[in-house]
Amino acid sequence: MSLSQAFFAIIRRDLLLALRRRSEIANPLLFFVLVITLFPLGLGARPQLIQAIAPGVIWVSALLAAMLSLDSLFRSDFDDGSLEQILLSPYPASILILAKVCAHWLVTGLPLLLIAPLLAVFLGLPNTVLGVLMQTLLLGTPVLSLVGAIGVALTVGLRRGGMILSLLVLPLYVPVLIFASNAVTMASSGLVVSAQINILSAMLVLAFGVNALANCGGV
Amino acid sequence: MFLIPEPIGRFFHRLASPPHFYALTNRLMPWLVALFLILLISGLVGGLYLAPADYQQGDSYRIIYIHVPAAWMSLFIYMMMAIAGAIGLIWRIKLAEIVAISSAPVGAAFTFIALVTGSLWGKPMWGTWWVWDARLTSELILLFLYLGVIGLYGAIDDKKTASKAVAILALVGVVNIPIIHYSVEWWSTLHQGATVTKMDKPSIHVSMLIPLLLMALAFKFYYVIAMLQRAKLELLQRERTAQWVKKLITEQTL
Repeated sequence: MSLSQAFFAIIRRDLLLALRRRSEIANPLLFFVLVITLFPLGLGARPQLIQAIAPGVIWVSALLAAMLSLDSLFRSDFDDGSLEQILLSPYPASILILAKVCAHWLVTGLPLLLIAPLLAVFLGLPNTVLGVLMQTLLLGTPVLSLVGAIGVALTVGLRRGGMILSLLVLPLYVPVLIFASNAVTMASSGLVVSAQINILSAMLVLAFGVNALANCGGV
Repeated sequence: MFLIPEPIGRFFHRLASPPHFYALTNRLMPWLVALFLILLISGLVGGLYLAPADYQQGDSYRIIYIHVPAAWMSLFIYMMMAIAGAIGLIWRIKLAEIVAISSAPVGAAFTFIALVTGSLWGKPMWGTWWVWDARLTSELILLFLYLGVIGLYGAIDDKKTASKAVAILALVGVVNIPIIHYSVEWWSTLHQGATVTKMDKPSIHVSMLIPLLLMALAFKFYYVIAMLQRAKLELLQRERTAQWVKKLITEQTL
């Protein structure tokens, strides 16, 4: 089996596993929708205010949803020993782990991306912003998965890794949050956001590199 | 390794051996403490007594003699932690791992001091305890990064695995350091720009600058002292089955 075949075999396997356990796909998505619905309820029916904070609300919810889903990235594989088999295989572990992260993003990140426009309309964001919102999510959620994978790799061996995981991962998510929600806010006031989009793209590339290095050591 | 002269290489090899490190730190400690006290006293006298009052801020600017060195240290210690962690990861030197993890609580303390003094200064100057300015926020995130490092180290029982995990986390967190540094230029809001590191001409008067630099040096020495003390304890704990520790303890109890 060549390396690329191994890469896609792992993606296929993880997608198949996720399809068999559909709650894994549904849970982060439901969480995302629920948190976003809670904000208008907590703030009262003030459309102006809700529209103003919508970019931040969507991004913070996406961040939390991504973090909640992280634990499933290595957990079952660690428990049943297949993670060890992956590390023992003759292929470079960093590539195989990257495949797992890609599959994880397809299962948990992509659904967020698909449902985000609906929620944006829900919160009263103007239609012109939807494109930018999708762009930031498309660039940002993979970064969340890649950076989060490092945190999971460091904590997967722990019995109570959940709390410590949020402490490790959330500070590292901050730059993504700042630039992404800033881009959406700027776009809703009609400004050019190519700078933020470029920085997010740079972060994505950087995250790919750091992830490959760090996960090897981490797992 | 042919670039490194023989005596220096030998010095580092000996430094990496725990008993030698322990003895050396014991011998250095009084000198370090003396230097720290001299620098601290002269810095405090220069800063609180000799330096003139600021023409705009009056005497309340004097908190910078704590605030600015603490903020510098918070970044410096994180860098040291990451470098020591990298050395530990690459060359598997146990002492580098110990230095990395011993630096974390000291760094967290300095970060906390920088945040508290900053907000104490902000209340009379800006009229508010806290602003969501980029530099303050980044400093807060730095504190969380430190706490994450400490928490991760505490959560893993096997200290060898723990130091490896901590080193990786510190290296990943280093991405945050340039963001902190350049955040002033990126989103300049309320926080005044850097006044000392401008290379051409510092915009702070020399009589104020000298105590500031003395305090910065004093804080550096304090870091070395605190870090070495923690490292010694950590070393004793990890090496408690080793021969040299047993010998040390029996010698002391006799």
